[in-house]
Amino acid sequence: MTVTSERQLTMAAELRHVDKWYGERKVLDDVSLTVGKGEVVALIGRSGSGKSTVLRVLSGLSADHTGERSVSGAPALAFQEPRLFPWRDVRTNVGYGLTRIQLPKSEVRARADRALADVELADRADAWPLTLSGGQAQRVSLARALVAEPELLLLDEPFGALDALTRLSMRALLLDLWREHGFGVLLVTHDVDEAVALADRVLVLEEGRVVHTLVVDDARRPLSDPSANTERYRAELLERLGVQL
Amino acid sequence: MTTVVSPAAKVRVQQRKWALIRLASPIVLLALWQLGSAVGLIPQDVLPAPSLIAQAGVELIQNGQLVEALRVSGVRVVEGLLLGGLLGVALGTAVGLSRWLEATVDPPMQMVRALPHLGLIPLFILWFGIGELPKVLLVALGVSFPLYLNSFSAIRQVDPKLFETAQVLGFSFWQRFRTIIVPSAAPQVLVGLRQSLAIAWLTLIVAEQINADSGIGFLINNARDFLRIDIIIFGLIVYALLGISTDAIVRALERRALRYRS
Repeated sequence: MTVTSERQLTMAAELRHVDKWYGERKVLDDVSLTVGKGEVVALIGRSGSGKSTVLRVLSGLSADHTGERSVSGAPALAFQEPRLFPWRDVRTNVGYGLTRIQLPKSEVRARADRALADVELADRADAWPLTLSGGQAQRVSLARALVAEPELLLLDEPFGALDALTRLSMRALLLDLWREHGFGVLLVTHDVDEAVALADRVLVLEEGRVVHTLVVDDARRPLSDPSANTERYRAELLERLGVQL
Repeated sequence: MTTVVSPAAKVRVQQRKWALIRLASPIVLLALWQLGSAVGLIPQDVLPAPSLIAQAGVELIQNGQLVEALRVSGVRVVEGLLLGGLLGVALGTAVGLSRWLEATVDPPMQMVRALPHLGLIPLFILWFGIGELPKVLLVALGVSFPLYLNSFSAIRQVDPKLFETAQVLGFSFWQRFRTIIVPSAAPQVLVGLRQSLAIAWLTLIVAEQINADSGIGFLINNARDFLRIDIIIFGLIVYALLGISTDAIVRALERRALRYRS
């Protein structure tokens, strides 16, 4: 537990008492949350609970909210779809992740190649995005998000559109990258298993409010480990989400 | 003894057969035309033989008239295309990007578009005389609308998710324009360019019929005065070849603009 508290001394991101309205409808209701540096936080909730809005606020895409937002550095965001520019090759797409940093072209190229090697796609640097498989495209999107070495990575159901096997290898890849670079992660998902498998903490969002926080004591323990409390966490979250088993 | 032919080879042989027939059809027609002329079935003062038309072409090439006419007509089309094209694309882009401009600029554009631009020739002669200016302006007017409409709708069809991505990445306006708007709109703008080129040649032909002392239209009109039907037909073939080749150039550009889809 000391590790967790140490991490929380330095925040990658923090929201305090954030409200947000879409017209007459209140979509975020007094949301406060923190993501420590190097911490993985999952945000889980049903459709329409406001998960994506939290990400939009944190990423700066939605500015018109009340309350406080503080983010360390420029956050990186990866969407559910890869959202690559199809008319630019893979390397150029990854290089766009460095737009906010003024760098010479050769340096952009070198960093993009390194980020591609990180996601095991060094050999596809010159390919057109449309020739990639769904998982490969999502890895390119991850490389683009991470190429600027952000302190906060925001993920909006990043593996939701992938098949089950690809999704598992993407989780493993994400954890590898996280161990290597140590960025904080806010992962929005509706997949309870994914949240439990990846996160230090899981926040349950319901109608724009954080209604429950689950601390995963043995975070990221392999599923084969018999001491893992996976089942208990899973049951707790499903109950909070109102799923009858 | 029978030879064994694989099914794939059979299909290839079939395809080659049809390709040959397609190629042979116009050649046979041309041969019939030549034959009909030779035996006196086709009166030569109405429709000269292909060989005579070819001779007229050689004559025009040798005395330099064709090159001169091509240069003059080419300059008219290029100037008109540049003027009308740039205006059409610029207005279409501006109107596509701004709701305010859409409300103010689009309605009058649609009204002017409803006028048949070739019907404006008498007006253009009164306004601009009979020199190069009215011809170039007429081409420009005809060219501008397809490019205006296609640029406008191409920009409206750009995926808004890409703009959101650009916002997250921190793109400037200029970067968004270069990286999202231009490549995304290019294929449809090129469709507009193909329509515009067809209109440009048509407008030129009409404008050159009415008053010209140079260019391909002048060549044809002049030939009429001397009853040179062979030169008239050769001139028409030149117009057709110009239309086909400029269209082929734009199609090549389209393939390049869409090469990422392969």
